[in-house]
Amino acid sequence: MIAVELRKLVTRPRTWITIALIDALPTLVAVLLALTDIGPRPGTGPAFLSAVLSDGTLFPLAALAMVLPLFLPVAVALTAGDAIAGEAQSGTLRYLLVRPVGRARLLLAKLVSVVAFVLIAVVVVAVTAYVVGALLLGDAPLSSSVSGTALTQQELAWRTALALGYAVLAMLGVASIALFFSTVTDSPQGAAMGALAVLIASTLLLTLDASQALQPYLPTRYWLAFVDLFRDPILWRDVLRGVVQQVLYVVVFLGAAWANFSTRDITS
Amino acid sequence: MIVTSGLTKRYGQVLAVDDVGLDVREGDIYGFLGANGSGKTTTVRMLLGLVLATSGDIELLGRPMPRQAAAVLPRVGALVEGPAAYGHLSGRANLTLIDAAGAGAPRRSRRARVDDALEQVGLGQVAGRKVRAYSLGMRQRLGLAAALLRRPSLLVLDEPTNGLDPQGISEVRELLLGLHGRGTTVFLSSHLLAEVEQLCTRVGVLDRGRLVLQDQLATLQQPTGRTVVRTPDAAAAHALLDGRVERLSGDRLVVARIEPAELNRRLVAAGLRITELGPERRTLEQVVLAATTDSPVVSP
Repeated sequence: MIAVELRKLVTRPRTWITIALIDALPTLVAVLLALTDIGPRPGTGPAFLSAVLSDGTLFPLAALAMVLPLFLPVAVALTAGDAIAGEAQSGTLRYLLVRPVGRARLLLAKLVSVVAFVLIAVVVVAVTAYVVGALLLGDAPLSSSVSGTALTQQELAWRTALALGYAVLAMLGVASIALFFSTVTDSPQGAAMGALAVLIASTLLLTLDASQALQPYLPTRYWLAFVDLFRDPILWRDVLRGVVQQVLYVVVFLGAAWANFSTRDITS
Repeated sequence: MIVTSGLTKRYGQVLAVDDVGLDVREGDIYGFLGANGSGKTTTVRMLLGLVLATSGDIELLGRPMPRQAAAVLPRVGALVEGPAAYGHLSGRANLTLIDAAGAGAPRRSRRARVDDALEQVGLGQVAGRKVRAYSLGMRQRLGLAAALLRRPSLLVLDEPTNGLDPQGISEVRELLLGLHGRGTTVFLSSHLLAEVEQLCTRVGVLDRGRLVLQDQLATLQQPTGRTVVRTPDAAAAHALLDGRVERLSGDRLVVARIEPAELNRRLVAAGLRITELGPERRTLEQVVLAATTDSPVVSP
């Protein structure tokens, strides 16, 4: 079933259009930076962006920091929200289930396909950003950490890998929330909007001092903690909290999705 | 092949299916009749494990459902409430996906299975076209092809001729008769009496969630013991058979309490012209109407 879902993912035009759109933003930023040579002052704007003018190889990280807060979650929420509700809306859900495909197995296959989508999207963004950065932006081998000390290429490479892994985990949390909503409703748009509403509410509450007590539990609280991986020494505290928190979100929402889906009447 | 007892589904206050005891035997073409909203589709969905029954038991192919769905459903082909497919893929790609989704059949013979199913429903010519460009009839055929992929021993079909033109309907009928001839049991839910009358060997009638009738079609259509006579000399015949004519409408008389042979002799002896004479049989429509209006639920 996993192979079937992956095949559905890659044969679907929507997958590639979405990824192309996600990819367009960092590429546009790179072109603008290269043409105008005006970078944001250090400490302002998206993370890493001030550094890329001198070192283009840092651009993948800057690109990630750009798409992570909004573009990627929206795409993931749409894809995961479509997982079950989309099949229900098109009527294909009942035919998959009478094939038969076990409900738990279908849910798992859908999750794997969403993860595959996230991986493809993140890798495509990183690779394009690397190429664009190397071609258009500065090539001074600055390779500095956010803290200002120098990092070796090797160090930079594994820290980048960690950061990508962290981003994928954060998106897995979003996917779980959207997947849960997808088992509740027969409308894929409704499921995606539900997941996005959670994320928007979380982002909003993070700016509010009165919600301080809630903040450690909000799903978007530690998303950008991957920047800490490029400090010297690495600031693990928020990264680790983020990992634990996302794992909890995944467990809770997948559990709820499974509990709901396996006992639900399929009337679509 | 299908046995249910006390099958009941309640949606909140609404009793959608009420104490239904289906009995579909091997080799039947079972016509499951009922008006729209009578609970047919809910029953079909419960049989297939899509909707969970509030109470009651279901046995499919001798095994309890939905507990043993994984063992039962591979041998069942189903069409539920219209076909569905991925529009951006071709008919063949859709069948390949749906075949791959089910376990228990070798990957090597997948292509052959898909081609075979497409051929059976007459979609071979357009198999490469995207489903988005299919007509409703073609989609219906594709749904049938998906149901036939694994050569099921039981077919559960909900309104299989929906959206087909008369030509297509007769093709589907031929297809089902052919499959039945090769040993497939068919459970056909429909609101088209004529379709069921032409095809089925056994009939069940659902009325507001209750199974009000279940019998062999031949039994239901047994001669009533009355004789139907058509004659241009209807008035004379009526006078001759005084007291025995139960109904007279135009040139048609319904005569009771007399053997057809004796009736014929008397009419001919009296010099009357007879166009037609034979035993009266109830049509399925009359049977169904009688069953559904007699049901106790109706009485105010």
